[in-house]
Amino acid sequence: MEPAALAASELSPLVTRAAGYLWLIPFFPLLGAVINATLGVPMQRRFGKGTVHTISIGAMVLSFVVAAVAALELLGLPAEHRFLQDTLWNMLSAGQVRVDLGFALDPLSMMMTMVITFIGTLIHVFSTGYMADEPSYWRFFAYLNLFVFSMLLLVMGDNLVLMFFGWEGVGLCSYLLIAFWYTDAQKAAAGMKAFVTNRFGDFGFILGLLLLFWALGGSWRAGPSGKLTYLANDDGAQVTAGEGQTPPQHADHPELSQASSPVRVGPTLNFRELRDQIVIRSTGVAAKLKAQRIYGFGLLAVVGVLLFVGAMGKSAQLPLHVWLPDAMAGPTPVSALIHAATMVTAGVYMVARLNFIFALSPTAMGWIALVGALTALFAASIGFFQYDIKKVLAYSTVSQLGFMFIGVGVGAYWAGAYHLLTHAFFKATLFLGSGSVILGCHHEQDMRKMGGLGRLMPVTRWTYLVACWAIAGFPWASGFYSKDEILWKAFSQESMALLGIPAPHLGQLIFVMGILAATGTSYYMFRSYYMTFTGAYRGAGQGHAQEHGHGGHGAVPHESPRALTLVLVTLAGGAVLAAVLGLPAAWTGHAPLLERWLEPTLPATVHFAEHGRTTELLFQLIGVLAGLVGWVCARALYRDGRSEVPARLLARWRGIWNVVYHKYFVDELYQATVLRGSLALARTLAWFDRWIIDGIVGLVGAITRTLANLDGVIDRYLVDGAVNLVAAAILALGRVLRRAQTGRIQTYLYGALVGAIALVLFTFLIR
Amino acid sequence: MPHLALGHFLVVAALLFGFGLLAVVTRRNAVAVLMGVELILNAANLNLVAFGRYVAGGIAGQVFSLFVIVLAAAEAAVGLAIILAIYQMLRSIDTARATTLKE
Repeated sequence: MEPAALAASELSPLVTRAAGYLWLIPFFPLLGAVINATLGVPMQRRFGKGTVHTISIGAMVLSFVVAAVAALELLGLPAEHRFLQDTLWNMLSAGQVRVDLGFALDPLSMMMTMVITFIGTLIHVFSTGYMADEPSYWRFFAYLNLFVFSMLLLVMGDNLVLMFFGWEGVGLCSYLLIAFWYTDAQKAAAGMKAFVTNRFGDFGFILGLLLLFWALGGSWRAGPSGKLTYLANDDGAQVTAGEGQTPPQHADHPELSQASSPVRVGPTLNFRELRDQIVIRSTGVAAKLKAQRIYGFGLLAVVGVLLFVGAMGKSAQLPLHVWLPDAMAGPTPVSALIHAATMVTAGVYMVARLNFIFALSPTAMGWIALVGALTALFAASIGFFQYDIKKVLAYSTVSQLGFMFIGVGVGAYWAGAYHLLTHAFFKATLFLGSGSVILGCHHEQDMRKMGGLGRLMPVTRWTYLVACWAIAGFPWASGFYSKDEILWKAFSQESMALLGIPAPHLGQLIFVMGILAATGTSYYMFRSYYMTFTGAYRGAGQGHAQEHGHGGHGAVPHESPRALTLVLVTLAGGAVLAAVLGLPAAWTGHAPLLERWLEPTLPATVHFAEHGRTTELLFQLIGVLAGLVGWVCARALYRDGRSEVPARLLARWRGIWNVVYHKYFVDELYQATVLRGSLALARTLAWFDRWIIDGIVGLVGAITRTLANLDGVIDRYLVDGAVNLVAAAILALGRVLRRAQTGRIQTYLYGALVGAIALVLFTFLIR
Repeated sequence: MPHLALGHFLVVAALLFGFGLLAVVTRRNAVAVLMGVELILNAANLNLVAFGRYVAGGIAGQVFSLFVIVLAAAEAAVGLAIILAIYQMLRSIDTARATTLKE
């Protein structure tokens, strides 16, 4: 084998560039969180709320500035060498596990970092207006900063452990922020639901992570010819790994990588090392992983599916989507930042980050794409009938996340990441728009009680419309480009598999589901727009306004403060301008900007079927038509709230409406199976605990007590008795002997005299 | 004039020692006990001088006895001081009553 010749034709190890300031990016939000968490109460009381949000927003701005500096440095490097590394210290070394506190920025994590810090800053600004009446202002901003810190850790960590740490951290912050108004039992329960559901996913994630780590190990043996071979774990199939000048005896050490290649082979948690050894084919790691099977399943498929279970929890995919709609109990800026723009996309980011692993397994790809498509369709259909404006957006988010997973599932990683980016902008706009509406309507979320707000809240209305335009997939707003790229790639992906069976038409099926979901998306988004902003105001009566009227105005909804509208306009602008990053090759003749930017991060080679340019344009037309159909339907049914058709349709199809409105009774299903099952299990275990475990413990206690009593008796009477006896004997002897000491000199003299005489006599007698 | 021999001196010294011991053992007055002690010391002096004259020769015996006389004076001083202290404490110099060290 000629490793050098092979290496020339394939990717080389990543070249890193040290950038010692990367730690500042997550550090500033952490600092802000710590300051607000510890000093927030006195600061807010003493200096007012301004100080609290100044610290928070200041931390975000600083973080954004440092991230921008890093982005500029990254831009200055040649494309394939764009990788900034900042390792602070080693956190853990045990056996072959080595975990550093290290940050890495490559194009993908850079994109995420920019999204998080930029949109995060804007949402912090929005929160100053939205949360102005909140007494626990400091707590909100401390949580928000802590969330940004965790999210940056997730994105920037250079190994899986840091990513997992951030993964759990954002879960915690999500829980804290959903249950922010914890005095309301329902909201506290929503927080717990999110946390517990996420734990289900995290369990899968950590299993996948450990399995991957295990799979990279295994026994490497040097054969008689000095060739290193890998012994597969079950059937003994051997894969040649390359040559090595190794000790003759076997050794399962990572240092056994080939002498000709500097790539470190073996179990690792570091993304870069993982990427190098899998992407560089001459190491044989990719081939080894592909050949490995576990309980009859392809190991990579199992790893991929397990890792994706983690993504399903965090990114609310079927069937772990139930927490996200309930998460809307949190303050609206939280919904925008965590449950739309950043945290829920962590799963997408994870799949894109580990693209080289997922791309090796057609089964894992098929699984991800199918789950994504099912979720997209399923959540879109629930969105049809919701009345709570935030619920509509929540299901829309679930649905859009499904689209992203279609993208990363079929291998169009950049398209998935691009949809993540555009979605972050337009969904943040939509959520903040809904927040503005809710604030304007005095915390009313039911769209049936809105209507006609377009005149009263012009800025909110127009930004909301722009975002709807983007999400519905009409050209010139960003959503069109990302969604159509995803669906187009799904259509031309023919190498996926389902449970190990090749399924060449799966991509086309997913395309059809995606188009249906896109139609639905357009429909429910415009429905929410028409219900909210057109027609007559159907708001509550005067009494409500009296009890609530903050700021001294009456029942009339009002436009939000300047801070809010400014953020809305900025985000809506971003939702349109992000289109520049993804103008398709069919229009411009060269690859989209973002695809070229992300290319070095996404080394996975995925094959797509070749289709002509005309076909691609035709498919884009289909996408636009889907959006149009949805829009026309929504306009006909809901514009100005005049149409009677919805009511008639509702009466006719009450049964179906009931099922969909109640979210297909998934919550009830969980209630009946998972919750009742776990409660029954808990009750059984409690019984077992009380009667069996406690009984055993009690028995052991009683035995020990008896033994101790016996021991006490022995101690008291035998040991203490002996000691006391010695003391008493010596006392009695002393009592006798002390008689001899009379204190009279003569007595002593007699004694001395007798002694002297006796001495003299003895001397004479003995002689 | 009868010829004086070593034996005569030794007899006188033994008698002196016997009286001194008798005084120390029997008298209850502390000063008398001290006087007995002086007698014993003088008996020893007599022996030293006699042995120096008749057995060893030279003046070593006389020098020793001079040291003993000085020592006896010092001892008498210390002894009397102790007796004074006892008197101050007990208002008596009866050795039978000075038994505070017993038991």
